[in-house]
Amino acid sequence: MMAATIAIKNGHIFDPLNEINGDVMDIFIKDGKVVRELSSSEMKDAKVVDATHMTVMPGGVDSHSHVAGAKVNAGRLMRPEDHYKWIRKKTPLTHSGSGYTVPSVYLGGYEYSAMGYTTVFEAAIPPMEARHTHEEMRSTPMLDMGGYLVLGNNWFLMRYLRDGDIERAAAYVAWMMKTHKTYGIKCVNPCGVENWGWGKNVSSIDEANIHFEITPRDMIHGLCEINELLSMPMSMHLHANNLGHPGCWETTRESIEIPENIKARTDIDVEWAETKVDPQRKQSVYLTHAQFNSFGGTSWGDFESGTKKIIDYVNKSDHVVMDSGCVPFGEATVMTGDGPAIHDLHVLTGNKWSNTDVELECGAGVLPFTYLKKNPVHSVQWAMGLEVLLGVTDVWKSIMTTDSPNGGPFVTYPKIIAWLMSRQAREDTFNECHKWASDRSDLRAVDREMSLYDIAVLTRATPSRAIGMAHRKGSLGVGADGDVAIYDIDPTRLEVNESEKIIRTFQNAEYTIKDGEIVSRRGEIMAIPEKRTYYADVKVKGDGEKEMLADVNKWFKYYTIGFANYPTPEKYLSNPTPIKVNGGR
Amino acid sequence: MAEVKLTPKVEIGIMLEAEVITPDVFAEKNTNEIENLLVWQGSSQFPISDFFVVEGNGGSSAEATSIVIEGDVTRVKRIGCQMTAGSITINGSAGMHVGSEMAGGEITVKGDANSWAGMEMKGGLLHITGNVKDHLGCAYRGSWHGMTGGRIVIDGNAQSQVGGGMSGGEIIVNGNVENFCGIRQNGGLIVVKGDAVRTVGVEMSAGIIVVGGHIRNFSPGFEYVDTESNLNFDDIMCSGEFQKYIGDYALGKRVKGLLYASKNANEEL
Repeated sequence: MMAATIAIKNGHIFDPLNEINGDVMDIFIKDGKVVRELSSSEMKDAKVVDATHMTVMPGGVDSHSHVAGAKVNAGRLMRPEDHYKWIRKKTPLTHSGSGYTVPSVYLGGYEYSAMGYTTVFEAAIPPMEARHTHEEMRSTPMLDMGGYLVLGNNWFLMRYLRDGDIERAAAYVAWMMKTHKTYGIKCVNPCGVENWGWGKNVSSIDEANIHFEITPRDMIHGLCEINELLSMPMSMHLHANNLGHPGCWETTRESIEIPENIKARTDIDVEWAETKVDPQRKQSVYLTHAQFNSFGGTSWGDFESGTKKIIDYVNKSDHVVMDSGCVPFGEATVMTGDGPAIHDLHVLTGNKWSNTDVELECGAGVLPFTYLKKNPVHSVQWAMGLEVLLGVTDVWKSIMTTDSPNGGPFVTYPKIIAWLMSRQAREDTFNECHKWASDRSDLRAVDREMSLYDIAVLTRATPSRAIGMAHRKGSLGVGADGDVAIYDIDPTRLEVNESEKIIRTFQNAEYTIKDGEIVSRRGEIMAIPEKRTYYADVKVKGDGEKEMLADVNKWFKYYTIGFANYPTPEKYLSNPTPIKVNGGR
Repeated sequence: MAEVKLTPKVEIGIMLEAEVITPDVFAEKNTNEIENLLVWQGSSQFPISDFFVVEGNGGSSAEATSIVIEGDVTRVKRIGCQMTAGSITINGSAGMHVGSEMAGGEITVKGDANSWAGMEMKGGLLHITGNVKDHLGCAYRGSWHGMTGGRIVIDGNAQSQVGGGMSGGEIIVNGNVENFCGIRQNGGLIVVKGDAVRTVGVEMSAGIIVVGGHIRNFSPGFEYVDTESNLNFDDIMCSGEFQKYIGDYALGKRVKGLLYASKNANEEL
């Protein structure tokens, strides 16, 4: 399909990376990229969209969502009840689909597109499951994608980092990114998931793993150091230890303190779109689903929000970005590489449970979960997710997510937006939910109401910058991808307390434009665009790679698969788009 | 009350998905409009009139609409699905999912019904004069949120998974049941006048099950409490002597499910 030429006229533009806050402007896209203007002959052939009295933002960027791969598919398989009441029939253009919390790949793509999203990154790819994950990403329409490689319990890295061999460890990470066509480093409950293979976990960041005798602290520090040594596009992506346990905020704060002195450094060969704000990431760690990592109290009896300590630290630090992991209430499916955390939830709820070990690398667990307004703990979790976003003063440090589908499915994002924009909307929910929500969190006293500009930062600018995609995503600067979301909201007549209307509007964008082509309109899919899959093609200097490959060959006997079958070839990707990374200086 | 009569006119191959056959959908429609309602057959949709002769008009509301089906509809699924009021009478046997998710009104099947009758029912009355297959008044696959209200009466037998995940309402089976009757029940009442095979009330945490006949393999997680005679649950009476049990302790310590088993029919207990 040819990349299109389009003119979006008279919209109110919200483009934080270019510091444009609701000004009425025209946006022009030619051959799929934003351009300054179109010549009169180009205008003749251009599609013109009238965005008068409407809100125009760059296409949405989701930097943390579980949308493809083995554990997502396990969630689909074990939840027929999640599918049979949430169905979408096929049209001449689209596939049929089903699933509320874990939609089928096609449906997931359509639903994201309807909300104005054009870029989604898969939160966790176990190396052994990279082929499966790429197969699902390839079949997810409407979205540019990429994914993070789970490395926090990897035997090779645990061994290298224990021995202090940072060079070979870095060479291994670079090789793994290319081998599995993945984009960034993900670290899930470092050392704890490996211990889970022996029925155990770790409870502090200084507790050594049973067999590799390395601590979570060393793994986090090592991976952050490797990340900057390789000058990766995004920072290390951290799911901290002790997740989901009362009092876990302490572990989380200790964990994000670790890379305090590691300087962020990205060196990638890309064309940079014009932005007023520096498009390079500032952070050396990206803490994900902060809500699940900020539990206070010491037990479920004295459970309370512990977000304040995390928020205070992030407010005074420049090396941390975090996403919220909001809980919008209702059905969810919890799925994570943190197997022991999911087992704890299984013991707590008795719900059906799936667990898997990924040999030499990691593991995962899946469990259906329902968040209830009348449940004291769930109601505090709802407040905590919003506290994280409203409490961090600089919106350039926070990202709006539900850790979909862990806190709730991504289709509930518009609800989160409504709560962020209106104190009244939050008050209405306080009145419906358990009193712990107000007694055990600080949310009720928060009077901040976010603007459309703030929302554009949380859902476009910060995620794209944090994952190193601001050179082409998250802005409408000249040279950026022609990805645009147009919402039927007149910012001059915005009534923030009309939550139902805000939710409806963000659920179905008036137009979603990808690469200059109208791909969905008011929830209906209009075209299936080409899509890209990004991965980090990391170049390393020196002999580290050769020595490392000799080690990998030697240690590969512990795998049940042959070395030749390990890599993920490019044919598993839709439009493979390597990002050239100049690692090792 | 306005009556709409549907008479099957052809032999049906691939089963129809006919969730449109409800008083709610037929209300305020004339014969012609009802004839043009679409039903799914496989991946295609066809008007009801391809399969049925339609006579009469819908009433002014669901409550004022009654539907009579004259003949066998064993290959028609989802009749009365999600209905909220009015009535459906089937003079013949019904296919799967009859009255599933119904919230009000009455369905009478003068014949047998297939699996999933009254699945996740919320209210109303579903009366089947013959036998039914599996998953009567049960939660859908994968879920334990089953029937929450209303009443199901089966004059004949039911097969397995009666009332799975049930939390409210009543199911009365005048004949026998097979396996997993009342599995994961957490409220409501199940009365089986005849026999059960095994796993009655397994993993139940609340609610009541009465078995008037013999239970071939009694579930191990139940503790005997007492013997009671002539049980009364509002208008539902169970005469005779019953051994009363609490369970299923296999699920946890704080369960309060009640299982009554006929003393005479279960002498080995």
